[in-house]
Amino acid sequence: MEIPYTVSTRPDTGLWNAKIGIWLFLASEVMLFGGLFSAYIFLRIDAAPGTWPHGLLNVPVGTFNTCILIMSSVTVVLAWAALKMRRYRAYWWYMLATISCGIIFLVVKLAYEWPQKFEHFGAYIKPDALWKYEKYLGNQRHAEMGMEPRIEITGHLHSQNAKEYEVALDPVNAEPDNPVMDRPHFFPLPVTDKIATIEKADVERATMFLPTHSAYFASYFTITGLHGLHVLGGVLVFIYMWLPVSKKVYQRNPEHLANRVEVSGLFWHFVDLIWIFVFPLFYLL
Amino acid sequence: MNNPPDVTQDPKEYEEYAHGVQKHVRGYLMVGATLLAFTMLTVALSYVDFGAILSSLFHTNLSTAQGRKANITVAVLVATFKAGLVAAIFMHLAAEKRLIYRILIFTGFFVLGLFWLTLLAWYDYPIFR
Repeated sequence: MEIPYTVSTRPDTGLWNAKIGIWLFLASEVMLFGGLFSAYIFLRIDAAPGTWPHGLLNVPVGTFNTCILIMSSVTVVLAWAALKMRRYRAYWWYMLATISCGIIFLVVKLAYEWPQKFEHFGAYIKPDALWKYEKYLGNQRHAEMGMEPRIEITGHLHSQNAKEYEVALDPVNAEPDNPVMDRPHFFPLPVTDKIATIEKADVERATMFLPTHSAYFASYFTITGLHGLHVLGGVLVFIYMWLPVSKKVYQRNPEHLANRVEVSGLFWHFVDLIWIFVFPLFYLL
Repeated sequence: MNNPPDVTQDPKEYEEYAHGVQKHVRGYLMVGATLLAFTMLTVALSYVDFGAILSSLFHTNLSTAQGRKANITVAVLVATFKAGLVAAIFMHLAAEKRLIYRILIFTGFFVLGLFWLTLLAWYDYPIFR
C-alpha cells in the first residue's frame, strides 16, 4: 500500500503530510532547545560577579564552523531547487557539498574544539585566599577600574602533588595587570611558560574544562552536544538521500524526492538557526 | 513554492517553471552571502566595548556588567535578524500555508511562556546583580 499525500496535497490541510509532520516536530524541537536556552539564561543572570567565564572558547574556529553551517544551508536549498528543475546531477553535487559541510563541522567540534577544552585547566580560588594570588589575578587594578574580580587561574596543568598544583599560566593570569588582557582576544593567545604554584588548600574547586568546571561549560557541552547530535542525524539522512537508493525514488517520481529533501532541509535550516544563537551566546559574550 | 506542472508532458511549461526556480536560487545565494557577512559583523561587534561608548555618549559611568548587557543586546539582535532570514527565505516561511503559521503561533506562545518563567524566577529572590 502506498503512503498517501507524499506528493499530492491533502484537500483539508492544503499541504502534503510530511510538511505538517516536520513542522510539528520542529515545534517540539523549539521547546527542547528553548528549555536549555532558558536554563542557560537563568544560570547566567544568577551567576555571582566574576564567576561567568569569558573568552575561553576559540573564536576563529567557532566563526569558521558558523560559516560552514551557513554554507551547508545554502547548498541544501540549492539541492532542493536543482531537483525542482529536474537536474539530478546538480542535486547530487549540492548534496555532497552539504554532507561534507556537516562532517567538517562535526570533525572540527569533536576532534579539535572539545579535546582542546579537555586539556585546559582552571582553579577557582577561595575568596579568603584571593590576596595570595594577587600577582596572577590583578584584582586591585580591576577593582579600581570598576571591573568584576577575577577568581580563577587557568592554564595547562603542569604537575600536581598532594598539596599543590603547578600550572603553566594563560596570558591573562601571567600578565593580569596588562590592559590588553581586560577583554578577550579574537585569536586565542597561547599558554605561557610562566608556572604558578597553587596550594590545594586555597582552591575552591579545580578541574579541566569539562562540564564539571562551571555552569558555563555544563551548558556549553550540553547545548553543543545536543546540537552536534542533530547535525549527525541530518548528515545521516542526507547520505541516505544522496545514495543510489534515492535515485530510484527520483526516477519513479522526482517530486517525491524533492519533498523529502525539502523536509530534511527544513530540519537542517533549524539546526543552523539554533547555531546562529549558540555562537554569539557562548563564544562571543 | 507550488508543485511544478507535470514536466514530462509539456517541455514549454517546464522551461517557464525552471526559470522561476532559477530566480529563487539567486535569492538564496544573496541570503547566504548576507548571513556570512552578518556573522563577520557580529564577531567584530563583540570586540567593541558598547559600555564605554554609551558611557561617553551619555556622560555616565556604566559598570562592566551593564556594558556587557549592551553587547549582549547587540549580539542577540544580530542573531535574531539572521535567524529571521533563515526562517523566512530558506524555510520558506515568508510564503507558507495557514496551517503552518497556526502551528508556529502555538509554538511561539509556549516558548515565550517558558522564557517568561525564567523571568519570574529572576525576580523571585535577591541575587547578585
